[in-house]
Amino acid sequence: MATATQTTITADSYGSAFMRGLKSFALLRESWVGMIGAAIILFWILVALLAPWLAPFEPNASIQPFARPGTVSAAGATFWLGTDHLGRDILSRIMWGTRTVLFYAPLATLVAYTVGILMGLAAGYRGGWIDDVLSRISDIILSFPVLVLYIIIIGVIGASGINIIIAITFASSPGIMRIVRGLVLDLRNRDYVAAAQTRGESDWRIMLVEILPNARGPLIVDACLRLGYVIITIGVLGFLGLGLPPPDPDWGGMVNETRHMAIAFPYMVLAPSFAISSLILGFNLLADGLREIAIRD
Amino acid sequence: MNTKNSQAPILECKDLCISYYTRAGEIPAVVDFSLTLFPGETVGIVGESGCGKSTVAMAIMQYMGANGGIKSGSITFKGQNMTHMSEEELRQIRGSEIAMIYQEPFASLNPSVKISTQLIEVPMAHEGISAKEAWQRALQVLKDVKLPDPERVMNAYPHQISGGQQQRVVIAMGLLSNPSLLLLDEPTTALDVTVEAGIVKLIADISKKYGTSQIYISHNLGLILETCDRVFVMYSGEVVEEGSIDSLFSRPRHPYTHGLFACIPLPTADKNAAPLRPIRGQLPLPHERPQGCYYGPRCDHFIAATCDGEHIMMAPVEGSAANHRVRCARWREIEHDRVIPEGIGEQPVAVGEYILEVDKLQKYYEVRDNSLKALLSGKRIRHIKANEELNFRARKGETVAIVGESGCGKSTFAKVLMGLETSTNGEIRHNGVEISEIAVRDRSNKQVSSLQMIFQNPFDTLNPSHTIGSQISRVISKFGGKTEKGKIREKVMNLLDIVKLPRDFYYRKPRQLSGGQKQRIGIARAFAGKPSMVIADEPVSALDVSVAAAVTELLMDIQREQKTTLLFISHDLSVVRYLSDRIVVMYLGQILERGSTEEIFSPPYHPYTEALLSAIPIADPKVTKREIVLEGNLPSVMNPPKGCPFCTRCPRHIGAICDNEVPPVQQVNGRHFIKCHISLDELAQVEEVIHVPSKAERQQTVHPTQ
Amino acid sequence: MATLIAKRLGLMLFTMVIVSLILFLLLDTNLAGDPAARVLGQFASADQKSLWLAQHGYNDPLMTRYFHWVSGFVQGDLGESNRYRAPVADILGPRLWNTAILGFWTFAIMIPLSLLFGILSGMCEGSKLDRTLSVISIVTTSVPEFASSVFFAAIFVFGLKWLPGTSGMAEGFDWVQMVLPVMVLVVYGFGYVARMTRASMAEVMTAQYIRTAILKGLPYKTVILRHALRNALIAPFTVIMLQINWLLSGVIVVEFFFAYKGFGALLLEASLNNDVALLEACAMVAVVVAVTTQTLADIGYTYLNPRIRFS
Repeated sequence: MATATQTTITADSYGSAFMRGLKSFALLRESWVGMIGAAIILFWILVALLAPWLAPFEPNASIQPFARPGTVSAAGATFWLGTDHLGRDILSRIMWGTRTVLFYAPLATLVAYTVGILMGLAAGYRGGWIDDVLSRISDIILSFPVLVLYIIIIGVIGASGINIIIAITFASSPGIMRIVRGLVLDLRNRDYVAAAQTRGESDWRIMLVEILPNARGPLIVDACLRLGYVIITIGVLGFLGLGLPPPDPDWGGMVNETRHMAIAFPYMVLAPSFAISSLILGFNLLADGLREIAIRD
Repeated sequence: MNTKNSQAPILECKDLCISYYTRAGEIPAVVDFSLTLFPGETVGIVGESGCGKSTVAMAIMQYMGANGGIKSGSITFKGQNMTHMSEEELRQIRGSEIAMIYQEPFASLNPSVKISTQLIEVPMAHEGISAKEAWQRALQVLKDVKLPDPERVMNAYPHQISGGQQQRVVIAMGLLSNPSLLLLDEPTTALDVTVEAGIVKLIADISKKYGTSQIYISHNLGLILETCDRVFVMYSGEVVEEGSIDSLFSRPRHPYTHGLFACIPLPTADKNAAPLRPIRGQLPLPHERPQGCYYGPRCDHFIAATCDGEHIMMAPVEGSAANHRVRCARWREIEHDRVIPEGIGEQPVAVGEYILEVDKLQKYYEVRDNSLKALLSGKRIRHIKANEELNFRARKGETVAIVGESGCGKSTFAKVLMGLETSTNGEIRHNGVEISEIAVRDRSNKQVSSLQMIFQNPFDTLNPSHTIGSQISRVISKFGGKTEKGKIREKVMNLLDIVKLPRDFYYRKPRQLSGGQKQRIGIARAFAGKPSMVIADEPVSALDVSVAAAVTELLMDIQREQKTTLLFISHDLSVVRYLSDRIVVMYLGQILERGSTEEIFSPPYHPYTEALLSAIPIADPKVTKREIVLEGNLPSVMNPPKGCPFCTRCPRHIGAICDNEVPPVQQVNGRHFIKCHISLDELAQVEEVIHVPSKAERQQTVHPTQ
Repeated sequence: MATLIAKRLGLMLFTMVIVSLILFLLLDTNLAGDPAARVLGQFASADQKSLWLAQHGYNDPLMTRYFHWVSGFVQGDLGESNRYRAPVADILGPRLWNTAILGFWTFAIMIPLSLLFGILSGMCEGSKLDRTLSVISIVTTSVPEFASSVFFAAIFVFGLKWLPGTSGMAEGFDWVQMVLPVMVLVVYGFGYVARMTRASMAEVMTAQYIRTAILKGLPYKTVILRHALRNALIAPFTVIMLQINWLLSGVIVVEFFFAYKGFGALLLEASLNNDVALLEACAMVAVVVAVTTQTLADIGYTYLNPRIRFS
């Protein structure tokens, strides 16, 4: 095992992006926790990609209300997970819902990261009044209990896909900024940064080429955890009725719509709850695996 | 010394093998280690990093962590085999019979527990005495380790006292239960040179006063010479040579020991007369040790079949006193010449016009004081005088050293020079152009490229995310005016040749390089733009001696070749003595003395220079030193003394004038200046600090001079 | 130290003022739309509406209205709820009390449990207990509160039929109805606090001063109690204080799911019904609680850490 890693590392010295990717994967192989996480995520990605072919029914079609799991429809197909109160196939809705969550969550995380990293770099590297202003703003945003903040933002700007991305960016970029700022404060005192400064490199080049690549380890781990958290947020917003407007499937929304019938038809709420929990678990396991590898290096 | 041999030994390690078990398998850290220690004896273990010297100390303490263990052999302490002891039996020995003193005093003390608690718990746990009694004893031992104001120290938290005081507290903690064995693991490495001298003296006094046996672990042969009776030299997990200080230091038998001595600049040598002779290659990794002699691949006397056959055992050196033993198959045949050959070195570089002129340079930092007192008094802004009135010049091709301890302002000066900070007042002229107020981003490309820097920490100097090739290429494309990829690449390859690294390193990432190799890349990067002046900030202080010697030599060679002016920042006077033409001595932001290397090393001295010289550990038993130990701590730069910055610790303090008035700068002759109230005549009367015996004296005697 | 506390308190006040301003601008100007229409009904005449607006001060300049609102808030006059047709203060009081009970039991169970597990597994890093805890905490932090509510309800309500599925407490306070909400909150928070404690403890255990303490020959108990815990509990203290901020989010979901009549459910209800005065008051209370605990956490941290306390 160890020798295998050794050879991959040497291969990396003639480094192409492909080899580097291969190396990360080889390293991940050494953490079973990370492997399980990656497998779960991969499974859901496949489900999302193949939803139109895998899903037995139209996700929004009202076919047969309150069908228990395993019921065979008039057309001969089986409702493997049953149908909801409006007669929509739960399995198909979960499959199509994967698309929603795997579209909005990474996109929102990406946008939040872009904003957070830029803010963090500016605050950490430039310091001075920029740091003061940005830090104060983020303190204020972070002083809100996070769900209260979401409720207020969504309440003001309304519930829609783009608004969810805006809200998530607004609420989570201060946290990202703090992490980046902390990393930058540490990294900017390194001698290689001083070397770049004494060469007269521009601030942007120092921030993006000299500092940022060295912060990527902790940031990747954090991004995985945060992605999990963004999925929770989207789910919770859906559950509270502040998510994507119906009728398109959304896991949190599915729980919300059917929770009053849960005593009689627990399967309606159980299936989407399992789906969302497993996906988040996947990201958290992956983050843990990556962190374990990072510590070991 | 020989009478001790009749007593029973305190500690006996026999054929000790220690291994660590990792995911990669078993790593033998120490092989075949034997040591016998008698009461009152001090034994030194010396070696470079990774040789296993600290592992030995931890094994004696039976504290190896979860993945370490003693594979074979025994450790017998006062007749009991420690390898078979239970945790409880060990606990009763640790701290009461065997105490340890560590490398980093601050990390070794609990930050959130008062020093008194950390001290009194030792005798309370071992002797069951009352807290009151323990308190009295702790106070007494704090006095014994010469801590001023022991009551205050008792009630303080560790962060409230200085590094030197912290180490004294740790030593006191070790002595509290009057142990019979003290393990000292690099106890002075983290301290400033003048503070180190005080601790070394204290340690030597302790063994006299308490009769404690000591094992002193260090990488510094000079310190071992000053503290120990016998010495063990370790290399790659095994002892390669042992003997009494006299015998081993005057006639080292193992090629590695000999090589180590050739790597250390001695006060007898300078760069032109006798260049250092570095050991080639690097320490083998534990699982890649060669057959036979572990030192074989690096040894000049290596002979196939003799040296790479069976594992070589320690053998006594016949005709040598005090149990001198060596692990070398050819020690009888090799004739080591301890006296350094003279006159084979290089010609001194002819110095040219002034490249750098520093004129009344001042750099103040503003700090906001946020304490309630400052708020009420309205004095919220205070100035830290990091550099106060610096004056000196450097010529083309010259090496000028700036010497001083932490907080002396040498790094601040480097920052101003490089344009990372701008000056408060005064001028720096580089090639005749005033640059002290121009930040680096406002300097012309030519100005920037002609002034480059080599950094201290090898693990920090290169960006871990980029390949070596791309990092040097960047410098060339920025300064060399070349844009063509092929030409830049060719230039980088040339530079790799110059710093004697394989061209294949172009594709490597920094983490695949050793510390010395990284430092070579750092040098290549600094010289890539053909600078007229290079600032080297302690470039070898983090490296092992054998590697440091090679890097120092490389730096000298390139400088000589390119006729670059070198500004060498260091705290180590022996390195400075070796390579520099001129020396600037700084203390608390001020220059106390400057002059040529000879002038600095002979009277008249500034009293601070005198103390610094006395603090140099010298690994040559024939060289004698006058002992000057400074009292007190380095004052904080936040709150410097009013008059002479050195007045609080000066052994030649002459009265109130020192405390209240800034001393005048007195010209001794030509370019030698001393900033002191004492008259030059008086300072000239002072005896020299370091006495190097003449050639005649040297050959005549074998007697110890210490 | 004194300046530090003064500074933190000043910062806290500053944050609250800014937050109140933001809340006011967001909610009282935009979201409200036409408040008069909602209060007086769809068919009120334009005159009636403008009269109502004038009476309630809506025509005053923005700043005047803000100061009016803030001064009312400070004096305990939180305005009138549109939905309940009652003073907000009267509605908010009992709801806050209910949430305080929920939060108290959550913390009373979660903190000792997570500290204990965190310390034990931090002491023996890599042990079976440590790995088990690490898996448990990853799993529990992966399940959103609404999903764990569903799972627990499926087991204890639909399956075993041991517990009631709602916690409305229609017939007065009922212990049994508290069980599920507390359980959900404890499970979600436990993993995080335990992990933080574990990390802090594990780091301290590898510190050199612990080695010093062991090699001084101190009994293991003394090493842990005197030297390790004191340093290891500094970080979890802050984490625990900040958990109060998290709890304010958690209660919204849990109270909504179990129909518990608490502060979180009230806030959500206010938002869904555009009940501006109520939402403003709820959000303000949430922020005040969050900022106060954060300030306490900061001050406590500096107090626990002598390196800061005496510098």
